[in-house]
Amino acid sequence: MPMQTEHELHRRRRSRNVGLGLVLAGFVALVFGLTVVKVRQGDLMEAYDHQPRVSITPLEQETPAAQEASE
Amino acid sequence: MIDTHAYDGAPEAEFRDYVALLKPRVMSLVVFTAFVGLWVAPVAVHPFVAFCSVLFIALGGGASGALNMWYDADIDAVMRRTQKRPIPSGRVTGGEALGLGLGLTVIAVMMLGLAANWFAAGFLAFTIFFYVVIYTIWLKRWTPQNIVIGGAAGAFPPMIGWACATGGISIESLLMFALIFFWTPPHFWALALFMKEDYHKAGVPMLTVTHGRAVTRRHIFGYTLVLAPFAIWLGLTPVGGPVYLAVAVVLNALFILGGWRVMRRNEDAAIADDYAVEKRVFKLSLYYLFLHFLALLVQHWVGTW
Repeated sequence: MPMQTEHELHRRRRSRNVGLGLVLAGFVALVFGLTVVKVRQGDLMEAYDHQPRVSITPLEQETPAAQEASE
Repeated sequence: MIDTHAYDGAPEAEFRDYVALLKPRVMSLVVFTAFVGLWVAPVAVHPFVAFCSVLFIALGGGASGALNMWYDADIDAVMRRTQKRPIPSGRVTGGEALGLGLGLTVIAVMMLGLAANWFAAGFLAFTIFFYVVIYTIWLKRWTPQNIVIGGAAGAFPPMIGWACATGGISIESLLMFALIFFWTPPHFWALALFMKEDYHKAGVPMLTVTHGRAVTRRHIFGYTLVLAPFAIWLGLTPVGGPVYLAVAVVLNALFILGGWRVMRRNEDAAIADDYAVEKRVFKLSLYYLFLHFLALLVQHWVGTW
């Protein structure tokens, strides 16, 4: 007979460990899935980073005066 | 074989004890109504984003359940129905429930903001605040109208779902709120009539105890009358249609009739047939809410007005 028998306590602890492990793995999968979906939808992926960049500034309406000047 | 225990008292918690803290049965209602709110909204949402949004709304609901169990542990320990919950039975400490509730609140709100939008996330945070602070901590032990106000917390999920899709609030989502809000009092008071819990011992003012059963019966009928116009009105908005309207007319007629029967009875008649009418109205109220939201889904599927 082995010296270490499994106690009820160990079963309860294992249920917590396995449960938490599955939850964490599921959460990782969820975030990964969300990332894939968001990237495919082409949402704005650039954020403001201390200096203005043309690629993230909103398009400006051309004023009539500017249009005339360009003609 | 001799079974020895290293410690006296309650056994260590299993994973399912922590799941029980999230009130999974309440969560199922949250999942369903939030999903319907999100799905029938006029803005299409990617299915995976919709799935995640509903999941995080449900997680927020679960978090508020854990916080509720943390604060109400003293009540739960007194009432027979709730004595086996994780905290009163000693498997989970109050501090753990508080920590789990606060942690999941932060995760649910942040993730809903990232998955859907920050308006919906703020709405979820407000709902959790409303349920835990306004309802559980403040009003539940103070006024017999606790059920009415607490019902608002249960009525927010379809509005959050709608906000996930549209980023705002509109008449349809407000009417979905009204549907659950005015449905809650008759639902719970019908239950209170035949469950006869020892709320009094626990110090919770229930209408049946503070104002008597006759008043409760009148209130049930009154709320079924108030509820009906909102249910019909929802059918006249852009999310409504003939299918929903037909379902709503039939269910509301039945619910008003049930409320009327409950009001016309006195306690002697109810005891004589073991609260048969009250139990039937309670069961009807479960179908009432489920079928209304199912009808919204079906209506969305076959095409609205």
